[in-house]
Formats: sequence, structure tokens, C-alpha cells
Amino acid sequence: MIEYIQILGQEVYKIIFLLIPILVSVAMIVWLDRRVWGLVQKRRGPNVVGPFGLFQTLADALKYIFKEVIIPASANKVVFILAPIVTMTLALVAWAVIPMSESLVLADINVGILYLFAVSSLGVYGIIMGGWASNSKYPFLGAIRSAAQMVSYEVSIGIIIINVLLCVGSLNLNDIVVAQKDLWYVIPLFPMFVIFFISALAETNRPPFDLPEAEAELVAGYQTEYSGMMYAMFWLGEYANILLMCAMASILFLGGWLPIIDIYPLNIIPAPIWMISKILFLFLLFALIKAIVPRYRYDQLMRLGWKIFLPFSLIYLVLTASFLFYFDKLPKVNI
Amino acid sequence: MIAHSIFFYFFSVIAIFSSLMVITSRSTINSVFFLILDFISVGCLFIMVGAEFLGMILLIVYVGAVAVLFLFVVMMLNVAEQKQSWFIGKKSTHIPTGLIVSVLILLELLVVVGGWKYKENVMTSSTLTISNISNTHQLGLVLYTDYILYFQLAGIILLLAMIGAILLTFRERAGVKKQSYINQISRNPSTAIELLEVKSNQGVKIDD
Repeated sequence: MIEYIQILGQEVYKIIFLLIPILVSVAMIVWLDRRVWGLVQKRRGPNVVGPFGLFQTLADALKYIFKEVIIPASANKVVFILAPIVTMTLALVAWAVIPMSESLVLADINVGILYLFAVSSLGVYGIIMGGWASNSKYPFLGAIRSAAQMVSYEVSIGIIIINVLLCVGSLNLNDIVVAQKDLWYVIPLFPMFVIFFISALAETNRPPFDLPEAEAELVAGYQTEYSGMMYAMFWLGEYANILLMCAMASILFLGGWLPIIDIYPLNIIPAPIWMISKILFLFLLFALIKAIVPRYRYDQLMRLGWKIFLPFSLIYLVLTASFLFYFDKLPKVNI
Repeated sequence: MIAHSIFFYFFSVIAIFSSLMVITSRSTINSVFFLILDFISVGCLFIMVGAEFLGMILLIVYVGAVAVLFLFVVMMLNVAEQKQSWFIGKKSTHIPTGLIVSVLILLELLVVVGGWKYKENVMTSSTLTISNISNTHQLGLVLYTDYILYFQLAGIILLLAMIGAILLTFRERAGVKKQSYINQISRNPSTAIELLEVKSNQGVKIDD
């Protein structure tokens, strides 16, 4: 029995040391996002609190903690409180399988990529629950839009993942990274990388696909009725999800924790730094796109997902499979 | 082993409790939420017996997609009113139908479980042997070789169901304006603006 408690203690310790860096980096990434957005529009962005304004997000979070949480009288109270908790938890739970280096991973499971896909597809519940429980028109419309959007783009993300899996022959995230030792999949599967990136934008409700919270039409979408810390939890969950999608893209296409080329000055840089720099690079792209691209119309969004991305990724899947088959490059099964 | 059985009972108690709540809960939305909880705990049970692929697929397909659509339908339709009308109306056809279906399922379960329990070689399969390769590999090895016909047939049936559903809901409505993306993108000031001479008391006719 003491053994179990010891194991439990070790795991809790590991989990805390995984979660604290993620929460801190989420706070920093919000600052980076606003800063990039400001620079693109020739503003300064947040630069007052702390050096370069780095503590702006912490100040915001502190403000949210001390604000009153208002629950609408006609809301379904249990579901209303549960919704931000679900969003936040799901966004953090997925980080358990992300490998920062060959050994630096909390749970190295066999079906890592399926786990990531499952958790990111559960993320829609936080939004639907929040939108429905608010018992108000704008949140409900936002929730419906968001659910349809996320379910649609998941389909193409699934097919893109199958493309990568065909080349790897394993569902383990570390195997996926190691298989890219000679060639990152961003080169042979470049169109899939682009589609994955755009689908990740839609999956995390980022501009130009932020229709669930389109402020011109729906006030703030599903978070209209939320205030104080509950709003902050939605917000943090959203950014944790964005970081997660960046991590997924860097594992699937940019070689995860591998250096660019395996030569002397590059391969002494520790693996986690490579992983973090790839995530940051992808996040900068996310931030730039938010600043540059105007919002899509809803029917255009659906058309893009179902009529362009889905057929194209299916065709590319067939192409990849036939290429691997005819040139005898299919991954060998080691039984 | 103690931890294993603690987790097993934890998940199975949640699964049984939530499946009871699905059928007894007053509000339909709560039923759907309990259904989701049920799916998740059954997925955890799958993972505990080592079928991690099945568990994850259960989460992705049922919780990630099917239950979202359930939730949609329940939120959009006023199911509570319909439920009231079933029980208040004197001749309800839903309860007998439900009874017949559930009795049939119970009989099937009895036959299958009984056969499995008392005749050892009824359920044995030569393909699913325990080995050290992961069960995703095992599934892949049999699904696309021995069972390729059934796999393809299942796919075709699902495709037909999808086409049927689209056909049932598709209808041409008169007076609906279709937007052509090519036209919208390729507009420029010279084609978009037209100057007209408007005569007094006559107006202009715009064709679209």
C-alpha cells in the first residue's frame, strides 16, 4: 500500500512540474500574441506592467480573480459552472503525452496521437455547455456555430493524421518524432502541413475563423454571460489549446524535439529547447494571421472545410499510400 | 492488483450509475450528459483491459462526434414537451416498442454470454492471440487481410446511409439566391458599378 502512495506522490509531483510551466507559458503567450498584434498595427501593445509589459497577463488574471462572478438567474447553474472547468481541464490534460525530449514525457502511451485527437475533439463540450447553459440567444448561436465548425474541421485533421501515420507506422508520439530523423514530414507532406495549420486555426476558434465569438454579430459568442474568473478560465483554456495545436503540428510535421540537421553545433542544444522554439515559431504564425487576415463568412468556412480540405486531403492520402506502396517505403512491422 | 481493481470498480460504478441516470433523469439534456459520462467511463474500462485503440476510438467517434450531434438535436428540439405527450396520451406506442426491443436484446445477450460460458470453443478466434505487439497492430493485421470484405461492406453501408440521409433532407427551394464565389472574388469597380439613366416616374428594373 505504501508503494502505491509513493508512486502516486511521484506522479503528482511530475504533474505539478508539467502544469506550472504550461500555465506560465500560456500567460506569456497571451502577452506575445497581443504584442505581435500591436506591432503589426503600428501600436506598442501592452508595455507598462513589468519589463516589456511581460506581467500584463498576470495583472489581468489578478483583476479577474477579484471580480465578482455573475451567474444569470435563468441559467442552468451546474452546467454553467462546469463549462469553463471542462474547457480548462481538457486543454491541460492533453499535455500529458506531449514529448519534450526522448525521455521527458509524462505518459509515453502507445496511442498517443489518438489520445491527443480525442482530447482535442472533446474540447467542443466546454463551448456547447457554456453556450447552452447561459440560456441566452447570443451564446447559444455562438455555441452552435462553434460545434459545427469544430466537428467539420476535425474530419480533415483526422485524415491528415492518417497521412503522417502511414509514413510512420506507429501511433506513439516518440516514434513519430524519431521517424523524422532523416527528413521532416513538412517537406514530403507540405500541402498537408498547410491544411493542418489552417484546420488548427478553425479548431481553436482563432481568427480568421473566430465566428463563435464574432463580436460584430454575436457580442462575445458563447462567453457573453461569463464574468470574472470563469471568463478567465475560458480564455486560458483557449490559449492552452492553441499551444497544444502548435505542439501537435511540430510533432507531426516539424520533427518535434529533433534539431534541424544532426551536426555538431546544432545537436548539443538540448531537445526541449528545439521543441519549444518550434512551438513558438508556429505560435508566431498564429499571431500574425490573427493580425493580418479578415474574418471568414460562415458559409465560406463550411465550404472550405467540407468541399476543399476534405477531398484534397483524401486524394493526398491515396497518393501517399500509393507512393509508399510502389516504392516499397512502407514502414516495417517489427513483430 | 489492488490499484487495478480499485480503478475497475471506480469506472464500472460510474458507468452503471450514469447509464441508469440516462433513462431516469427528468431533463433530456442531463440524460445526454450522463450518456457522455457513460461513454467516457466505458472507454476507460476498454483501456484498462488493454484495448487502448478501441477505447480511444470510442472517445473520438462517440463522445467527440455522435454525442455532439445528440446534444445538438436535444438542444434544438423541445424534447421535454414530446416526452410529456408520450406519457399523458392514453395509447402510447413507444413503451411496447421499447419493451420488445429490450427483451430481444436481453435474449441475444443471454444466448451469446451463455454460449461463451458453457461451450468453450464457440467464441475462440485464431486471430486474436495475446502477444507483445500492440493491439493497434493486431487489429491492423487482421482487419485489412482476413476481414477486408466485411470491412469494405461496412464502409459501403455507411456511405449509402450517408447518401440516403442527405437525399432525405435535400430539397430545392424556389427563390433562394445562390452565391458564386468566383463571381464575388473576381468583381472589380468597372464590372460592379453600372450607371443608369433613371427616368422620372418609371424607375429601373434590376435583373437579379
